[in-house]
Amino acid sequence: MTRAVAMATASGLGAQVAWRLLALAAVVALVLWTGLDEQISPYWEDILYLTRQHVVLVAASGGAAILAGIPIGVWLSRPGMARHAETVMQVFNIGTTIPTLAVIALSMTLLGIGFAPAFFGLFVASLLPIVRNTYTGLLAVPAHLKEAATGMGMTPRQILWRVELPNALYVIFSGVRTALAINVGTTPLAFLIGGGGLGELIFTGIDLMDTGMLLAGAVPTAMLAVLVDFAMAQAQLTLVPKGVNPLR
Amino acid sequence: MIQLEDLTKTFGAANRLVVAADRINMTVPSGEICVLLGPSGCGKTTTLKMVNRLVRPTSGRILINGEDTSGLDDIALRRQIGYVIQQIGLFPNMTVEENICVVPRMLGWDAGRAKARAAELIDLVGLDPHQFLRRYPKELSGGQQQRIGVIRALAADPPVMLMDEPFGAIDPINREIIQNEFLKMQAELKKTIMFVSHDIDEAVKMADKIAIFRGGRIEQYDTPDRILARPANDFVANFVGADRTLKRLRLIDARQVAQDAPALPAETAPQEAARLALAAGAPVVVVVDAARRPVGYVPAEALAGARGTLSGLAQPMPVTMPAQCDLRAVVSEMFTHDMRWLACTDAEGRFAGIVTQRAVTAALSEAAPAVAAQ
Repeated sequence: MTRAVAMATASGLGAQVAWRLLALAAVVALVLWTGLDEQISPYWEDILYLTRQHVVLVAASGGAAILAGIPIGVWLSRPGMARHAETVMQVFNIGTTIPTLAVIALSMTLLGIGFAPAFFGLFVASLLPIVRNTYTGLLAVPAHLKEAATGMGMTPRQILWRVELPNALYVIFSGVRTALAINVGTTPLAFLIGGGGLGELIFTGIDLMDTGMLLAGAVPTAMLAVLVDFAMAQAQLTLVPKGVNPLR
Repeated sequence: MIQLEDLTKTFGAANRLVVAADRINMTVPSGEICVLLGPSGCGKTTTLKMVNRLVRPTSGRILINGEDTSGLDDIALRRQIGYVIQQIGLFPNMTVEENICVVPRMLGWDAGRAKARAAELIDLVGLDPHQFLRRYPKELSGGQQQRIGVIRALAADPPVMLMDEPFGAIDPINREIIQNEFLKMQAELKKTIMFVSHDIDEAVKMADKIAIFRGGRIEQYDTPDRILARPANDFVANFVGADRTLKRLRLIDARQVAQDAPALPAETAPQEAARLALAAGAPVVVVVDAARRPVGYVPAEALAGARGTLSGLAQPMPVTMPAQCDLRAVVSEMFTHDMRWLACTDAEGRFAGIVTQRAVTAALSEAAPAVAAQ
């Protein structure tokens, strides 16, 4: 019976993977079927160059947001911070309501144009969901688990690493996934402040009313977003421990 | 052994001081279960949690096996005390095996030894190691989770266990089963246990000693039988309930009050049976088969002047009880069958004596002369 359940779960996982791959294949098929590839192909070199730039922006700003956001969330969730954490979270929440285009624009007024303001703007835009999910995820770990851990003689550090973080991991992962989705979707705007990326093809395509150029930017951007989300979903599925992963 | 000396806990500032525990003095002897009992907010849980310093005492001393624990740091102290809570608190991200191995691994046991211990313990509570060690807590029933919670606390073989309403969240049927399992384990392991409960029936069942708390103080600290028989004051009497004498029935086994009665084959002559019944002072003679199993009975008054053999006079035995069951069950059966006595049997089903209503009331009053005198 256990085996039957395990097999059912495994086939459930297989189905999820299959659906995502199918969606990706459908996009590719659509491109070919509509003959878009012929319109896009003159820009092939630009696409490669700008995609690389785009990916570097996403990876750098997203990675930095993860590296900063999780420790900030952990720090806010510590008992010593209980009095101030809500205030800080309110600031973060207000920050979330600012449109990402405005964040990018504000970033330019601070740092000028180029990679640095684009990186900073994207970093800020993706930081918020990570901090918020880390903080709320850790707070949502049931008090009795922490009491049991303390009563068994775990140190605060052991409780954080062995009880709190594993049990909050699913929620934290969801935050990272949201953050990266925002990040990938916002990165085309980086072109507006000189940050490069696939936005260059999109915006120039719009300005010149050149559909081919526009699509040469838009299609890879869309595919990149799907790929990143797909990769994150797989990571969430495999990295979050079985006992606390609702997907397994 | 756990000794609490003038243990006090106060919360809040000086002008609005709340005394959660007020100079608690008590000793839990080695190998005994002491139940801390009382209404909510009486200080029983605070007192328990001061022992492993989840609540820091304001003043007073705690000694474990004669050693003042204030010399130990929190972590070292807690690792040598087993702790079980009502919500169980199994870590959902770990398998059953990993859960059990947490404390042994922290104490520096190697992985092989810890795993062997986990398998041994899970076997002790009647669960199959192959089947359960690799499961996650969410794949277990509530009763199974609670058993794992208890053996996780036992993993590093601590001399002292603290249990905070450990069986409070389980349905009544499973609670009864787990309580019995636990008592069986305790009979072998002989841990020194502090056990918080708000259920007088559970306390009477589990405890060697009961401490009744009210408003941060101990109202009475005594054996279950003496608490029920001689409550120290009205609060204790009210708390243990108006049926406290009936509750004491649980504490006495049938064999403790059983008396002998003639057990005779069906061919016996009534005159002979009457003579034996008179000699034994028994109200009945019991008719037994070749294996000495009770099959019927004849009241002593029906024997006088009767002829033939007992088989003509005997009435079928309506019910028998195992001699090791408690008087509560015996009395319940007596009432059910409208009997003034009941036959008891040993493990093989052979006749082992009778329990009369008179013997039951005598047992209840003799253990408590003060009550009888009132």
